[in-house]
Amino acid sequence: MYINRRLFLKTSGTAVAGSVLLPPFMQSCQGNQISLDVKGYLDHFEVSTEMLQKVIGAAMSKGGNYADLFFEHKTTNSLALQDGKVNRASSNIDFGVGIRVLKGDQTGFAYSETITPNAMLNAAKLAASIANSNSSYSTAPFTEKIPADFYKINKKWEDISVKDKVPFVQKINDKVFALDEKVIKVNAFLSDETSIVLFYNSEGKLSYDYRPMVRFGVVCIMEKDGQIENAYAARSFRKGFEFLNEGIVDLLAQEAVDKTNILFKATKPKAGEMPVVMGAGGSGILLHEAIGHTFEADFNRKGTSIFSDKMGKKVAESFVNVIDDGTLPNNRGSINIDDEGNESQKTYLVKDGILNSYIHDRISANFYQVDPTGNGRRESFRHVPLPRMRATYMENGSASKDDIIQNVDYGVYVDNFSNGEVKIGAGDFTFFVKSGYLIEKGKLTQPIKDINIIGNGPQALADISMAASDFKIDNGTWTCGKSGQACPVTCGLPTVLVKKLTVGGTNA
Amino acid sequence: MTKQEKYKLAKWAMEYALNNGAQEASVSISNSWSSSIEVREEKIDKLEQANQSNLSIRLFVDKKYSSHSTNRLNQKELERFISEAIEGTKFLSEDEFRTLPDPSLYFKGKGDDLKTMDDSIENIEPQKKIDLAFAVEKEALGKDERIISVSASYYDGMDGTVMVTSNGFEGDTANSYFGIYASVSVKGGDARPSAGWSESALFFDKLKTKEIGTTALKRAIKKLGQEKVESGNMPMLLENRSVGRLLGPIITALNGSAIQQKNSFLIDKLDEKIASDKLTITDDPFIISGYGSRLFDEEGIASKKRPVVENGVLKTYFIDTYYGKKLEMEPTSGSTSNLVFKPGSKDLKELIKSIDKGIFVTGFNGGNCNGSTGDFSFGVEGFLIEKGEFVKPVSEMNITGNMKELWMNLSGVGSDVHKNSSWLTPSLLFNNVSFSGV
Repeated sequence: MYINRRLFLKTSGTAVAGSVLLPPFMQSCQGNQISLDVKGYLDHFEVSTEMLQKVIGAAMSKGGNYADLFFEHKTTNSLALQDGKVNRASSNIDFGVGIRVLKGDQTGFAYSETITPNAMLNAAKLAASIANSNSSYSTAPFTEKIPADFYKINKKWEDISVKDKVPFVQKINDKVFALDEKVIKVNAFLSDETSIVLFYNSEGKLSYDYRPMVRFGVVCIMEKDGQIENAYAARSFRKGFEFLNEGIVDLLAQEAVDKTNILFKATKPKAGEMPVVMGAGGSGILLHEAIGHTFEADFNRKGTSIFSDKMGKKVAESFVNVIDDGTLPNNRGSINIDDEGNESQKTYLVKDGILNSYIHDRISANFYQVDPTGNGRRESFRHVPLPRMRATYMENGSASKDDIIQNVDYGVYVDNFSNGEVKIGAGDFTFFVKSGYLIEKGKLTQPIKDINIIGNGPQALADISMAASDFKIDNGTWTCGKSGQACPVTCGLPTVLVKKLTVGGTNA
Repeated sequence: MTKQEKYKLAKWAMEYALNNGAQEASVSISNSWSSSIEVREEKIDKLEQANQSNLSIRLFVDKKYSSHSTNRLNQKELERFISEAIEGTKFLSEDEFRTLPDPSLYFKGKGDDLKTMDDSIENIEPQKKIDLAFAVEKEALGKDERIISVSASYYDGMDGTVMVTSNGFEGDTANSYFGIYASVSVKGGDARPSAGWSESALFFDKLKTKEIGTTALKRAIKKLGQEKVESGNMPMLLENRSVGRLLGPIITALNGSAIQQKNSFLIDKLDEKIASDKLTITDDPFIISGYGSRLFDEEGIASKKRPVVENGVLKTYFIDTYYGKKLEMEPTSGSTSNLVFKPGSKDLKELIKSIDKGIFVTGFNGGNCNGSTGDFSFGVEGFLIEKGEFVKPVSEMNITGNMKELWMNLSGVGSDVHKNSSWLTPSLLFNNVSFSGV
């Protein structure tokens, strides 16, 4: 289980290593315009309600007690800049239907890239083979679920030409070079993705979603007295073309330059255990790794999480409220419905310091006999849903950032991260600090960089001893990995003090 | 799709691109098939089957470049896909360095067989796969009262790709793989450590099917009581299967893109010493049934066996056609094939015996490496060694340092080369590594 701020999309097929992204030329397969009703989605995938029922019938034919169909058409377009020019583009189309059959907590799964009755029926029969008895299924009446709309957009990416996007990528390059004469190289990218989803299950539930995503970022490489350093800045949202403007270009350029500059002065701290002040925003990686994954109910159902016996118990100070939220407007981690057709929601994982809810998919919610939390997510139609996070954050405390720093005699302040990881059963989690500061006698002093911090989840959660009122979400390009599946997420935190973590560094 | 059908479609797509505005093009078509079975509590937990096809095309249009892929393979849709791709490419900046490879570098041989495809894969009965998974689960299930969960998986798959380019390359590849994995979680106090063990092969009859569950169980039990120990500089013995984590940053730093973009700590180091004398690594594409074996690379360039590091001296960068032109260097290949370490004479036991006080690292937990400076910091777990014996399991510790110093401090290479990977790595001993713990 890990998270990282992956800058570039996976390259597809046999594309040459290093080749990156580009433009939305690719609009659709059948050329249909999406209308915002269910008929538009059915037409898009060229399926009828009768066909859906027939495929579900085949999926249930060997005695499964639940089945679902997840149709997806995803289009990705990317542009990249290197050596001063927007000189590479890429695009990808992925299209198909995943068919899943459950028998209790057992799963049968197959998918088809061709949406014809025969191809779907064959896949349904493969998935059905998880069960091995007679079917008692009778077709359920349709219930159409009109999803919420947490990511309203003005300008769909499908309608935007490469020509309209290129100038923003070029401008960010020029801006970074203009900001600092130490800049020797700039890499920039812009990637947009549009995913059209249709869902139907054996209970008759029919739903759909239109999921836009944009990622925009820049890597700044500087040289000073023979030393080369680089840092990057990026943002990602479920937004349309309206996301791009001069403001975001200026913001990212400045941030990348500032983050790189600090590295020339930075050193490694002394190794060992010490207090760690987590700055507001991206420090939410602490929650994602230290407790988020270990709250995922598939691990708890199997008893393999260190939090398996802790439901309803006190796990943190009473000011600690931790939330996993799929409803933040235009957030990278938001979803209108999860990939099992359940409504998205704001879920309190820790309420007033007490473990309040795990993160559920359909199988685990059923196991624990609780309502679904809308966390059943998958990378694509090729994958089975799993309990996954969305936007994971902690609510404000009452202290101030200054109070918290003043409270530390010797420790570190960290606010810029690249990746993290956790061992679910042992509870050990890590996050990698790109840059931060030493704290000496209550003041930020020497900049630090490139260190791993490691702790134990339950202990770290209990050790959150102060929280400020400066909560913010980090809207970086966070991507969470689990069981080989990548999912877009975000995280957030107010400034907090963790009494003790193990900080990588040098030994005197 | 048969190989002939793939060639036919690839050539059609290439011709279509050339007739509609592209001056050069390269097209690959691949399809793959895979299956997996996961068992738990003596029941099938998950049964998955997958079959996918993909076309990818690289376009060179008016000195501009783009690459695209799709799994929608009917010709009508492909026509539109390729036409739109070409039109979009025209809005990019020119890039004089973008070309197909020099045709004289292409693989032109016929009939060589590196034995990477087991044709028997299509005839393995599903029940046989299920039985294998259950047998592995059974090795561990109920064998120790501290067990809380055992799962076992069998997986297999194959893929076939053809590639054609507009300056004369035609080639195809086929690969198969088979694997078994077991994961065991155990309980002791609050912690529930888990361990996994896997075996894999390119041919079904070479797959090791025994002692996978038992090994996972043994490794999980050994982790009970893990704790961090005092910070300090000491020797690190790194288990063969985990070497990739520390080798990875070296290989990344040798890539043409990293060199040309000044994002490498190994710029201008060819024929210089980058590691201790003990390190010798060869890139060997021609190992029979090797995981990374190949006759040509992603661009069609004919494979060559190359020294990467010889007695600590750097001999090769990994450079593709594009970055070769930018760097004014001959292309080698943009990627590794099989990386083969020259083994040492001591086995793992002897290496452990040789350590007075140090840590045997068996796994990593997060961490990263700064590509331009080589500064790294990784979370680790493993065992404290004192006077040549394991003293206790450790976890929640970091190692921190710089890649250049780390590899200069390589003081021992094991004879225990791990072969289930395209990186054939033995256990390695490094002196003077900075550990942070208590």
